[in-house]
Amino acid sequence: MLLHSTITSQQLFGQLLVGLINGSFYALLSLGLAVIFGMLGIVNFAHGALYMLGAYVALFLLRELSLSYWVALVVGPLVVGTVGALLQRTLLRRLAGLDPLYGLLLTFGVALVIQGAFENFFGASGSPYPIPVQLSGAQNLGFMILPNYRLWVISFSLAVCLSTWLVVEKTKLGAYLRAATENPALVQAFGINVPRMIMLTYAFGAALAALGGVLAAPIYQVRPGMGAELVSVVFAVVVIGGMGSILGSIITGFALGLIEGITKVFYPEASSTVVFVIMAGVLLLKPAGLFGKTA
Amino acid sequence: MRAIGSSALISCLLISSAVIADDKIVKIGNLGDQSSLYADLGGPGSTIAAQLAIEDSGLTKKGWIIDVIAADHLNKPDVGAGIARQWFDVDKVDAIIDVQNSGVALAVAGIAKEKNGVFLPSGPATSDLTGKACNPNTIHWAYDTYALANGTGKTITRNGGETWFFLTADYAFGHALQRDTTAVVEANGGNVLGSVNVPLNAPDFSSFLLQAQASKAKVVGLANAGGDTTNSIKQASEFGIAAGGQKLAALLLFITDVNALGLDVAQGLTFTESFYWDMNDGTRAFSKRFSERMKTHAMPTMSQAGDYSSTLHYLKALEAMGGNPHDGAKVVAQMKKLPTDDPLFGKGYVREDGRKIHPVYLFEVKKPAESKYAWDYYRLVSTIPAEEAFRPLAQSECPLIKK
Amino acid sequence: MAASQVVRGTFAPGKAVVSAVLALIALVLMLAPLVIYPVFVMQALCFALFACAFNLLLGYAGLLSFGHAMFLGSAGYICAHGVKEWGLEPLAAVLIGAGAAAAIGLFAGVLAVRRQGIYFAMITVAFSQMIYFYCLQAQFTHGEDGITNAQPGKLLGIVNLSDSTNMYYFVVAGTVFGFWMIYRTVNSPFGDVLKAIRENEPRAISLGYRVDQYKLAAFVISAALAGLAGGLKALVAQNASLTDVSFSTSGEVVLMTLLGGMGTLSGPVVGAFLIVFMKFFLSGLGQWVTVIQGLIFVICVLLFPRGIVGGLERLAKWSL
Repeated sequence: MLLHSTITSQQLFGQLLVGLINGSFYALLSLGLAVIFGMLGIVNFAHGALYMLGAYVALFLLRELSLSYWVALVVGPLVVGTVGALLQRTLLRRLAGLDPLYGLLLTFGVALVIQGAFENFFGASGSPYPIPVQLSGAQNLGFMILPNYRLWVISFSLAVCLSTWLVVEKTKLGAYLRAATENPALVQAFGINVPRMIMLTYAFGAALAALGGVLAAPIYQVRPGMGAELVSVVFAVVVIGGMGSILGSIITGFALGLIEGITKVFYPEASSTVVFVIMAGVLLLKPAGLFGKTA
Repeated sequence: MRAIGSSALISCLLISSAVIADDKIVKIGNLGDQSSLYADLGGPGSTIAAQLAIEDSGLTKKGWIIDVIAADHLNKPDVGAGIARQWFDVDKVDAIIDVQNSGVALAVAGIAKEKNGVFLPSGPATSDLTGKACNPNTIHWAYDTYALANGTGKTITRNGGETWFFLTADYAFGHALQRDTTAVVEANGGNVLGSVNVPLNAPDFSSFLLQAQASKAKVVGLANAGGDTTNSIKQASEFGIAAGGQKLAALLLFITDVNALGLDVAQGLTFTESFYWDMNDGTRAFSKRFSERMKTHAMPTMSQAGDYSSTLHYLKALEAMGGNPHDGAKVVAQMKKLPTDDPLFGKGYVREDGRKIHPVYLFEVKKPAESKYAWDYYRLVSTIPAEEAFRPLAQSECPLIKK
Repeated sequence: MAASQVVRGTFAPGKAVVSAVLALIALVLMLAPLVIYPVFVMQALCFALFACAFNLLLGYAGLLSFGHAMFLGSAGYICAHGVKEWGLEPLAAVLIGAGAAAAIGLFAGVLAVRRQGIYFAMITVAFSQMIYFYCLQAQFTHGEDGITNAQPGKLLGIVNLSDSTNMYYFVVAGTVFGFWMIYRTVNSPFGDVLKAIRENEPRAISLGYRVDQYKLAAFVISAALAGLAGGLKALVAQNASLTDVSFSTSGEVVLMTLLGGMGTLSGPVVGAFLIVFMKFFLSGLGQWVTVIQGLIFVICVLLFPRGIVGGLERLAKWSL
């Protein structure tokens, strides 16, 4: 708690920028969640564990195979996407048609299994992951020194989020996906393999989570608990943005990062709860979320 | 709980028949962080330290049966308290050692008093263990927040660090360290400009470091330990804290932290410790034996050395009493009567408030070029004699002291 | 929640059998401290009450609350603080704790019952996270350190609860009272309306029932009883900590109920005892316990959605 009585614009900008970095992770992760819920109706509580898996894949690639961060950015999502596809195919598919709360419970269980297993093998403390050489160093922005890597995090997640949104909303593939969620039988009648599309969609959501994990590894330390800490905030973001809305999650993710940053400057004690307060408010006033279609 | 020791079954059978009479059966429990951010400071190494002490006491050759068991408190006071209670109630543990994490230690101290067991913490830092939370069953070994503040805080403040900003681990330890260091800084003409509470095990310190920078304090004091300290130091260098003219004060640093950071990052850091493996032949001999048994071959930290010293003295006290009365307060009283002497901390004694007294040292981390062999990390800057190192009895809030 | 069909007895066991079983359970409870570490049985009983209170909402009203730890934990904090700092008599502390939980339940419930299904669950998560972070920062909870060494003191000024046998009987009395409350709630006209709402809410509304008020009442009762469990648990452990308000505890109670059988009376008790046993005996395995819990979740959802007691009920066509 600062004993300064004035809050300078320097501090404000600095915290906003840090908030934007956190917001990038929120956006990237809630994007994956929104894709999965919007397309598949599954509340994926395993999302945090998948994010953690991505970070560990990166760690493994570096330690055992001496493969760089850039390789991990591609391989991580691929590996975890495959894991996600397997999950969907073997477990989640059996819950199709049932109340979505079953999916919630199942994925919650899966998350416990994954996290517990990793805690056993790696202990609860973190393993460091070095910042890739190409992104080390920092920019002196005047009001703060911004490490280059964090700048990269913001730009990269923005790019990924926007491309995903474009694909889903503006391309034919995206149109098929959206149609398949509305009316799977009809779409299947048109000859499209709906079950496979659903599996791939879940895999895609998982890959997005893993991408977040690789991105987070150099900053947040690779720990088994890293996903669990994020997951409740990310859920809040998705709910606020609108559980099926991709654009909603992206905008809300970044926005909430900024709001958290501002709260840290003016009222630091509330910074961890502000997201949930907003979520409760949105749920009461507009349950479909800020950008969602009315339920 | 993993039982690491011999004859556990026999000792259980014997204990059940010899409840009141003195016997030669001792069970020691290493309650610590075995898997998280403090595991390297104590953890499995503390069990090894205790076993070395048992061997060096020579009591097993004289027919005593001594066991060490271990458990993980997960840095949660409720978990630690539950294990401590069960150990005293059901598992017939006599003494609990180590317990890094001051919050857990305060809870366990209360239980040790309630169950009349012995509590010999070398891991936690809070000086409250010999202050308002002192009791006749607890002896605080190795170090405490007062010693750290008095060593590091005084030196840095007197050498140009007049304004401070604290990054404080948000639990008993961090608050105690901040409080004791603030007192020293102000007593030496300094001023604390502000502080921020950081959750334990926080992965990202960026927003807190920004606040530290904004305060323009000359010194950024890190009132944290273990993984938190190494993370904040690493991220501080990312955000250019030192480049901006601010000095980092790691108030609690262990040799395993320096090892994790590497000398490039850690060089120049000044801090207080009560033990270094390379100080003299005695410490070197012990450390060699210790690191041979460690999976990681690490050198012993101050806490692990403290566990050796406390276990050895505990067993000496029991030997002097002729047997184990299974009465914590009695044994601790005996430990206060006998002076201590071991190759790690030299000659010292235990004060009436439960504070173990020995000299502490100010160290500086060597530059990479100055380090000649593995684990050659510290340069001794100065020695603070035993009588000055810890809080004087006159200032203590401990109810055990007759005033 | 989609109807977890409770098969109401087509064949109900006779009064004599029920009385015999209850007497047997009473005997086991009375004698247990001689054989098993009483602290352990007490903890299991508290969790069993917590799970039953949770099940009142889930199994009977069809509302999945994923934030129920907020009631357990906040009652625990207030009770522990009460005996430690305010010197309250333990029964009063427990009741005040339960009352506080009920108040939180009222406030959260008024807002939560307006939504159903997944949205209801998310609102409960939101409130429970808010309570968690409040507890993390509030002065009286001592954050990470928790409230420790909270001695229960003397019940009604007479019976010393630091004696574990006395404490044991106190806890048994408290939890049995809680179970009885749930039994009475479920087997009453109020309970019948709740079940009707769970089965077909629009129909209940069309029949003129003020559905929201019933749901709110169920929520508050569930909160109060969870608070009772929380207060008792705090006195048993002599501490209150962040774990008790954490998301993982909320998850655990869901697990206990799922495993035991949602919508059955004794299911959550069975589930709670099993999970507490498991945590205790497997504590040497460290984090494998989490893995096992996760596996149980997965297996139950996929293969045994009725849980143990639910499955038995189905087999025997009794209602347990």
